[in-house]
Amino acid sequence: MNNTQFKTDQEFFMDPQRCIGCHACEMACAECETNGQTPMISVDYVDRFATTQTSVQICMHCEDPVCAKACPADAITKDEFGIVHSANVARCVACSNCVLACPFGVPKKVEPMQLMMKCNMCYDRTSAGKKPMCATVCPSGALWYGKREDIEKARPNSTAVNSFQFGKQAVKTKVNIMMPKGSTQLVVD
Amino acid sequence: MVTLGLIASVIVGSRNLQNFDGALVAYLFGTIFACFGIVYRYVVWLQRPPTWRYWVRGWQLFFSGKMLIYGWELAKHFFNDFLCQKFIYHRGTKRWIAHLSLVIGCVMAFAVTIPLTWGWIHFGLKQGTIDTYEAYLWGFKTMEFPLHTWIAFNIFHILDWCSVLVIIGVTFMMRRRLTDAGQIAIQTFEGDWLPLILLLAISVTGLGLTWDYEFMQGKAHQFMAISHAISVILFLIWLPFGKFFHLFQRPAQLGVAIYRKEGEIGEQAICPHTEQPFASKLHINDLKEVTKELGFNYELQDGTSHLDLSPQGKRAALAKAHLAARKKSGSYFG
Repeated sequence: MNNTQFKTDQEFFMDPQRCIGCHACEMACAECETNGQTPMISVDYVDRFATTQTSVQICMHCEDPVCAKACPADAITKDEFGIVHSANVARCVACSNCVLACPFGVPKKVEPMQLMMKCNMCYDRTSAGKKPMCATVCPSGALWYGKREDIEKARPNSTAVNSFQFGKQAVKTKVNIMMPKGSTQLVVD
Repeated sequence: MVTLGLIASVIVGSRNLQNFDGALVAYLFGTIFACFGIVYRYVVWLQRPPTWRYWVRGWQLFFSGKMLIYGWELAKHFFNDFLCQKFIYHRGTKRWIAHLSLVIGCVMAFAVTIPLTWGWIHFGLKQGTIDTYEAYLWGFKTMEFPLHTWIAFNIFHILDWCSVLVIIGVTFMMRRRLTDAGQIAIQTFEGDWLPLILLLAISVTGLGLTWDYEFMQGKAHQFMAISHAISVILFLIWLPFGKFFHLFQRPAQLGVAIYRKEGEIGEQAICPHTEQPFASKLHINDLKEVTKELGFNYELQDGTSHLDLSPQGKRAALAKAHLAARKKSGSYFG
């Protein structure tokens, strides 16, 4: 990519437990120029009838992105900063492979456009040295972008983890999830 | 083999090169190189496990005895996606107009120049006349038209009209790449600007050739002809590698249409979390195999797969696992 002001000392930290379901991130995400005003973030009620728990999900930017590998059109790329980009608009054939293959349930297919779109960590902002939109507006700190040492100081009882286990599949990501102190992995099984 | 086939078709189509225009020889070599590059890249692309899977599936389904259903589906998608390009309309009205201008301009130009380059089409004066032209395809006379009429004018200037359409499209696309902040952030020179610059160079130098013989008595012909040839040959060389390759990838959208139609007819995958259908069973089963081929294994301890969940189900599974981990630690926050 052309811009080189991406701050490599800053990282994304996500803590779904802090999500209060306010949807501010969703509104902010729609301001991202690369999405064309379509929010790429997901705010869900986890189990609407049983609990008020809400959860937020951004793209975790996998080190080995299955979305890119499962894409038959070779439309998804990962750049030198580890950002997994939205589908190349000229190549995407709207097959939904990435949507269904992503273990985090992130990519969205915009049916009328015949195009997959996903969070690219607000590349228009992060590549210019700014924070992603969602992290700037999240009132509860469920989405946080900055230096690792700063969040470690702010949240001493948590550990940032970027390793996940989905059944037999281990996944490493660029984005971290805040886990109880001392954790090394989040197991989803 | 395809390249050899092309060379053979040029020899046969031009009647042993009898109708081949020697002035176009550089373009001929350009198209032969482009043909080799496109086929080579296409074959490499097909070897990707997901591509191969859907390519084979598409043909299997097409010849599965439901040709009428799929033929109708293909016709609909061909009309909507290829002729009308409705999906680009939904990405933006101006983008749609610009893309349509580019497509019409390029396709018309290809339809004229490629058969001319290969010697498949040639023109000549009708014997015994000085004001009637004849057009030949593969050596067979296909039409004749009188000179100094609007038909002749448009036939002789069709590439100029193509150039105008391409310039309209390129101008809008360039403007967008200069003003759209999102586009500026993700664009690259070779991926986004080079194709537009090449198309602009071809169109401007092409119009320059007409300008030269119409208004400059051919004084700049050599410069115009050489600069036009250079830009076209660069375009042909870049065709298999850059953005233009999407012209050959895009028909895969038709295969996807058949695949989706089959999915709609067949059994649906039900998400264990939402208890709602979210995709076809065929797609999920294929995806499980493709991801395994790619070295991913999402099998869970109970024998099911993480891929059995819908995207919403996967997000919920992650949130539940996170909540469970926090709960286990004795503190919900930290």
